Amino acid sequence: MNIFSRIFHFYYNGFREMTVGKTLWIIILIKLFIIFVILKLFFFPRTLSQFKTEEEKASYILEQLTDTTK
Amino acid sequence: MSILTAIDVVDWSRAQFALTAMYHWLFVPLTLGLGFICAFMETIYLKRGQDPEWKKMTKFWMRLFAINFAIGIATGLILEFEFGTNWSNYSYFVGDIFGAPLAIEGIFAFFMESTFFAVMFFGWDKVSPRFHLASTWLTAIGANISALWILVANGWMQYPTGMAFNVETARNEMVNFWDIISDVALVKFGHSVTSGFVLASVFVVGISAWFLLKKRNTHLAEKSMKVAAIFGLISSIAVVWTGDASGIYVAKHQPMKLASMEALYQGSEKAPLSIVGILNPKKEIGNDEDPMLWDIKVNGMLSFLAFHDVKSFVPGINDLVYGNTERDIMSTAEKMERGKVAIEQLRLYKEAIQEGDTATARSIVGKFDHTTAEGQQFLNDYFKYFGYGYLSAPTDIIPNIALTFYGFRIMVALGLWFILLFTVILILLHKQRISSYKWWLWVVVWSIPLPYIAGQAGWVVTEVGRQPWTIQDLLPTVASISSLDAAAVKVTFFLFAVLFTILLIAEIRIMLKQIKIGPKE
Repeated sequence: MNIFSRIFHFYYNGFREMTVGKTLWIIILIKLFIIFVILKLFFFPRTLSQFKTEEEKASYILEQLTDTTK
Repeated sequence: MSILTAIDVVDWSRAQFALTAMYHWLFVPLTLGLGFICAFMETIYLKRGQDPEWKKMTKFWMRLFAINFAIGIATGLILEFEFGTNWSNYSYFVGDIFGAPLAIEGIFAFFMESTFFAVMFFGWDKVSPRFHLASTWLTAIGANISALWILVANGWMQYPTGMAFNVETARNEMVNFWDIISDVALVKFGHSVTSGFVLASVFVVGISAWFLLKKRNTHLAEKSMKVAAIFGLISSIAVVWTGDASGIYVAKHQPMKLASMEALYQGSEKAPLSIVGILNPKKEIGNDEDPMLWDIKVNGMLSFLAFHDVKSFVPGINDLVYGNTERDIMSTAEKMERGKVAIEQLRLYKEAIQEGDTATARSIVGKFDHTTAEGQQFLNDYFKYFGYGYLSAPTDIIPNIALTFYGFRIMVALGLWFILLFTVILILLHKQRISSYKWWLWVVVWSIPLPYIAGQAGWVVTEVGRQPWTIQDLLPTVASISSLDAAAVKVTFFLFAVLFTILLIAEIRIMLKQIKIGPKE
């Protein structure tokens, strides 16, 4: 058996034989789904990602930093 | 107007970040310490000719380690999202520096930790005992290296160094990577991880005490208790030592934090430390009220703790706000004026670029050039106080005194309690009489939540104490915030509160169930 196959079986058997781990994996997957799909998609708009170039970002930040009326 | 509508987007974003960080810190410290406790136990298992009892013990604590690790996974990711969404000005302003340690943490430490984590759990009968032991140690070390980079990033925010501001890119750029790993960051790392070791040790002695009370797995419980109590006692002393070093750096770089931790309004030589005390809620800067309703003071102790010299001068809130010419302390009003000059130069640069006035733009770039004498003078005289230019009033630099004052005392009192706790446990174990002191075993069980409280109190002192700054003296929270709708931040605040609470309940339930099942053959 080559090294990659051994590594695969190591993880495969490890996951298969888990007991508490199965509940934990369900929790982890639910959590990652909430974080990456729901929160990231609907609640985490990245302000700076609207700008294409570094110059545009720098200009926007300069605007923000020099606005002391906030 | 209700209180909810009165709090603006900055405060809601701060509350959201604080909530996320506080929940994250419920999971992290146990991982930091329990990994090492498992490694100690597995080392003893091998040293004692693969004694099956030590293996059973190691596997039991590893199971609890895994539960905590799994539930805690990715809570830190939300913090990183928040940098981009709520704190985008900050993220861009310092992203070149702040991003480096976070990237190293993500690429190196987390992957190292995760790889060996799999061998630690799946590899008991599949790899050699020595390779398995090495994996357990590397998992523990990996978790702590992760913490190192995060705390380097946090330490840099408390004491920004190793960077230069580039007007053209509007960001601070790294000049020397090794300067970023400052003494402040290293001491912060030492203090935080050792507090994690104490938490894990209290966790292990507490659960072991429960087994002794239930008369279950008593040999295993006593052995676990001994390993954890030794580790816990050494770590508790290390926490005091690193805490002392931390205090010196706070006195040097964040004097307002120290003054608020002590409610010290009037600075003095032989400054007193209030061992215990009750703050006077009527006290405000500028009025004649006594800061304390009641306290027990030790004269000179604050001076000693801050500078290791009883006669040294510790500046108070009044000195830092109004200035003290005798002690060469600049007033906040003066710093605000200087900060405004730096911001104005930035504004002129922006206008010059928009109007195509390259001569003016070039001249301003020269003022910020740290490689020339002119540039260094401007940076030292004006840009050093850049963040002060955003403040509305000199009193804005005063953090919440009640939170820092009481938070500090809770942390210190609990820290001293843990030293006593571990010492008494070790004495009773040595005399082989621990099982006969049932009341003490209950005290040990009920001590489990205390290091969590101490850790949270410590972070409150650190983070509330440095307000209004996101980056000390350079950028206040008000200038770091993204243009956001406060309603969206409120929604996510409550979403996170619900999500994290569910996760916490899940962890406690799974953990309690596994503790009740106990070690398996």
